[in-house]
Amino acid sequence: MDNGLTRSLRGLGQRVTSRIWRLGYASRFFLAILLGSGTALRRMHLTIREIYFTGVLSLIIILVSGLFVGMVLGLQGYDTLQRYGSTEALGVLVSLSLVRELGPVVAALLFASRAGSAITAEIGMMKATEQLSAMEMMAVDPIARVVAPRFWGGVISMPLLAALFSAMGIFGGYLVGVQLIGVDEGSFWSQMQASVDFREDILNGVIKSFVFGIIVSWVAVFEGYDAEPTAEGVSGATTRTVVTSSLAILAADFILTAFMFTGT
Amino acid sequence: MPPDNLVEIRDLNFTYDNRPILTGINMTIPRGKVVAVMGSSGCGKTTTLRLIGGQLKPTSGEVKINGQVVHQLDADGLYGLRRRMGMLFQFGALFTDMSVFDNIAFQMREHTDLPETVIRDLVLMKLNAVGLRGAHDLMPAELSGGMARRVALARAVALDPMLIMYDEPFAGLDPISLAIIGDLIRKLNDALGASSIVVTHDVQESLKIVDYVYFVSAGKIVAEGSAEDIKDSKVPYVHQFVWGEADGPVPFHYPSRPYGEQLMERAARHG
Repeated sequence: MDNGLTRSLRGLGQRVTSRIWRLGYASRFFLAILLGSGTALRRMHLTIREIYFTGVLSLIIILVSGLFVGMVLGLQGYDTLQRYGSTEALGVLVSLSLVRELGPVVAALLFASRAGSAITAEIGMMKATEQLSAMEMMAVDPIARVVAPRFWGGVISMPLLAALFSAMGIFGGYLVGVQLIGVDEGSFWSQMQASVDFREDILNGVIKSFVFGIIVSWVAVFEGYDAEPTAEGVSGATTRTVVTSSLAILAADFILTAFMFTGT
Repeated sequence: MPPDNLVEIRDLNFTYDNRPILTGINMTIPRGKVVAVMGSSGCGKTTTLRLIGGQLKPTSGEVKINGQVVHQLDADGLYGLRRRMGMLFQFGALFTDMSVFDNIAFQMREHTDLPETVIRDLVLMKLNAVGLRGAHDLMPAELSGGMARRVALARAVALDPMLIMYDEPFAGLDPISLAIIGDLIRKLNDALGASSIVVTHDVQESLKIVDYVYFVSAGKIVAEGSAEDIKDSKVPYVHQFVWGEADGPVPFHYPSRPYGEQLMERAARHG
């Protein structure tokens, strides 16, 4: 029994230390990306190419999801607000929900599934087929040439996608609230303009999406670079990217919200 | 005056996870020669290449290229050395998101300020040397295995290196591609005035083109000499390897308990 207890404690300790070791490795990798970012920023076409692959190609899923989330918010919001006779505040409810929370968070979750997994799979396959080794042997640093442009492409794309998600969601809320249900159009827009504060609401939303962009891109490039160079290894790394970045987004959202919106 | 030997490996040891991979390796690659490192899979051939290329650091001993000790170089020094080296990976390792042309132009664009018109001429010249000038706008996925290997060969010599390393250049090729690659390795080496290291387990093809052979088994050099010396070798392992015998020092059976004992145990369990 002692042996069993010792074994399980040792197993637990080993799991904890290996996680901490991996976190340390990921942090050093993050530092290496920052140090190797000169190439990605100096040769902007490398980063722009990645913005196309991660950002532009994610547009459809972001826009369609934003529209539906906004339409659902319109329906749910109207149903709740009419109990208090304040349906004209529907615009405020839809826009604040989207700009403060749903825009950055849902867009980041979709971004992790659509673009994060693709980045991990691509870098993982490059590793498995020795393309990264080949690059090293050609005296080209793969972190500067392959990883950093993908990282910055993701970081730049994320706030833009979140903004488009929110804009599309507000349009969806307008379609359902004003065009379908018949809420007064003037109150819908004017109350929204009066209540949404640029610094408190919009800027904080942008900061959130920027932080989520860093999280998703960091996890995605790290998992790809650290993947076992086999088909199974790349598949596992892709799954880990989606799971880890989704959980990290939700945790970071709580922390950021606690700092941003609990004051006056 | 540069040393006569481009690569000198002295008392090289490499250990991974407390497991010795290479023990007491001594090799010399003279300028202008093609040298083969042969042995069965997992004997440490590719590790030797990675130690020469500075992708791994030796546990002890040293690899000297053109008078420079590889593992003592800093990152800039190592990258400077690698610009004068070319490497052909086992399955080509072509960049799958770039065309054949861009794969070969990659190093020229990364390391030189040559105008695109000059790069174009150089790339077409390299492709012409491997007979694939007409395939310059294809993507790697559109190439056969043999063609991909030839493109990778053209990429390896893109910057006219002083040392070309080949990791299993003959693996998985049909007889025609095999002969073409063998012929190209020799011709490119001589035309560029380079030195080449060919890591391979393809005895027949490589013995036709190499000047000298090192035979590695379980991380140690067990034989060395010219192609003729290797063919006539009396070392049991080399003899088995060169003549492709199924049994010998490398046993046919994976280590196990006696067959009879294992069968009886099963019979006893089922009554």
